[in-house]
Amino acid sequence: MSRCLAQRSIDHVVLERGEIAHTWRTERWDSLRLLTPNWQSRLPDFNYSGTDPDGYRTLPEVIELIEAYAAIISAPVRTHTTVTSVRGTESGYFVKTDQGEWSCRTLVIASGAFNIACVPDFFHRVPSSIAMFTAQQYRNPGQLPDGGVLVVGASSSGTQIANEIHRSGRPVTLAVGEHIRAPRVYRGKDLQWWMDVVGLLDERYDQVDDIARARRVPSLQLAGSPDRSMLDLNTLAEAGVKLVGRLAGITESGRAQFAGSLRNMCALSDLKMNRLLNLIDAWAHENGFDDKIEAPQRLPPTRVEEAPPLGLDLHSGEIKTIIWATGYRPDYSWLELPVIDRKGMVRHDGGVVCLPGVYLMGAPFLRRRKSTLIDGAGDDARDLSDHLASYLHGRAARMTA
Amino acid sequence: MAGGDRPVDNGVNVEALIAAREALTQAPEAAQFKWRAACEWKNGTYSHSTVEGFYGLGQEQQRKTKFTFDADHPEVFAAEDRGATPVEYVLVGLASCLTAGIAAVAQNRSIQLHSVTATIEGDMDLQGILGIDDGVRNGFNGIRITYKIDADAKPEDIEALVAQSQKRSAVYDIVTNPTNVTVVVN
Repeated sequence: MSRCLAQRSIDHVVLERGEIAHTWRTERWDSLRLLTPNWQSRLPDFNYSGTDPDGYRTLPEVIELIEAYAAIISAPVRTHTTVTSVRGTESGYFVKTDQGEWSCRTLVIASGAFNIACVPDFFHRVPSSIAMFTAQQYRNPGQLPDGGVLVVGASSSGTQIANEIHRSGRPVTLAVGEHIRAPRVYRGKDLQWWMDVVGLLDERYDQVDDIARARRVPSLQLAGSPDRSMLDLNTLAEAGVKLVGRLAGITESGRAQFAGSLRNMCALSDLKMNRLLNLIDAWAHENGFDDKIEAPQRLPPTRVEEAPPLGLDLHSGEIKTIIWATGYRPDYSWLELPVIDRKGMVRHDGGVVCLPGVYLMGAPFLRRRKSTLIDGAGDDARDLSDHLASYLHGRAARMTA
Repeated sequence: MAGGDRPVDNGVNVEALIAAREALTQAPEAAQFKWRAACEWKNGTYSHSTVEGFYGLGQEQQRKTKFTFDADHPEVFAAEDRGATPVEYVLVGLASCLTAGIAAVAQNRSIQLHSVTATIEGDMDLQGILGIDDGVRNGFNGIRITYKIDADAKPEDIEALVAQSQKRSAVYDIVTNPTNVTVVVN
């Protein structure tokens, strides 16, 4: 967004509470890699030029990317500047920070959608002898005591964390709710390549049936493994991870309750995956790829044991740590504008917030399915900076009229 | 995938459901429903229950008729077998909820159903309810449902109907997840 504003000579400042790429430095686990291949993180006037386009960036490489981009575009960033409140005024907005105050006519909220890790409210029933970490707090298995671990949530974070912890020698039980299975590679091509080329990532928010639902879809079970291995429930089960249903509750006596819906959750996930692969096969066929690449194939269904356990006594000692990989929500506690709906989300139309001159960036399916990826920021910024520029122009015209 | 000549009709007014969904999105208070039943003991394990009214859309609602249910235990339980057992009512509840869901989802996806039948079976170890073994639960150890569906759709689309029905089924949720039950004596 800063790049696009600068190109229009729109005077602006970027406020960052920590260092550039703050949350990548402080809120992600050590071994994290992006689940998108290197070539796919395209920023305005800044594409990948390294030697491993199909590889997956490590955490330090992501930080490097963001720092390098900020430097190259000379983004006017004020680091170590925490916004404490944003209020409306007659002429625009008033931003209070711990480093001073700003008045502005337009505002771009780019604070991200993943500020606060969601944890179900029954977490206080977990016995105090069990260590707990959210996916945001988790760094590596070395943080954890020895012994069994319950990982709650089987989307991208949950499956990766479960895999890493299990391989550290701590037996993992994975509680599985809604999730989306996806192969890393299909017919010899990266799944993200397919999603890009068939047009799924460019699909617009005003083209989908139910945008509210599409914005709540959990992350694909994809990981940026250098060996391009698939990380699905079958792989985890084969490695010895115990699969149970969604963590539905914890009783007062400290018994974890797992839903009896695991079989259907896995069936739904397999069906979703196969629908995606059908779409890919249809596109490949229509675009003359069939004789150039491997033949279509389908993965075996997710294997669920006949009677998965429905409960676990958290006092038994079987579990020494719980990892909550149960999603995130944004923190808008500092945003004192009437733009928040009853679910705590900013009300917007494709990133144009319901107050004049206010914009949102970096939310799931903000304008396109790829809005949640680094690769999506460019197109969103171009569209929204267009709108912002028109708004300022219109204001100027009104003021001189 | 409608036949092309005739519109798909499974008898579900999907437009009304979609309109209701939109209306309730704007007015979540109206979405708060209370379902009710009344039960009267007759004799032995035989009781008689009725369903008449419910609360929803912000007010009390009445049914067209009063629905009645007899419940009892079978003769092997040394009872009179005057009605289905309560656990069989639960199986009926689950099967009928999923079946209704299949019809609704099929209508929404323009899939013509020709026939849908389900058989449902729940395993129960009586040592639970008879208090013989504390390690055995009172309820079902497992429930299996088999659907036979004849519809104008590919097998994977039919499977998707059944999966989606479970995803949005009230009774499936009641049976697979914990629910708070409060019993008070006046």
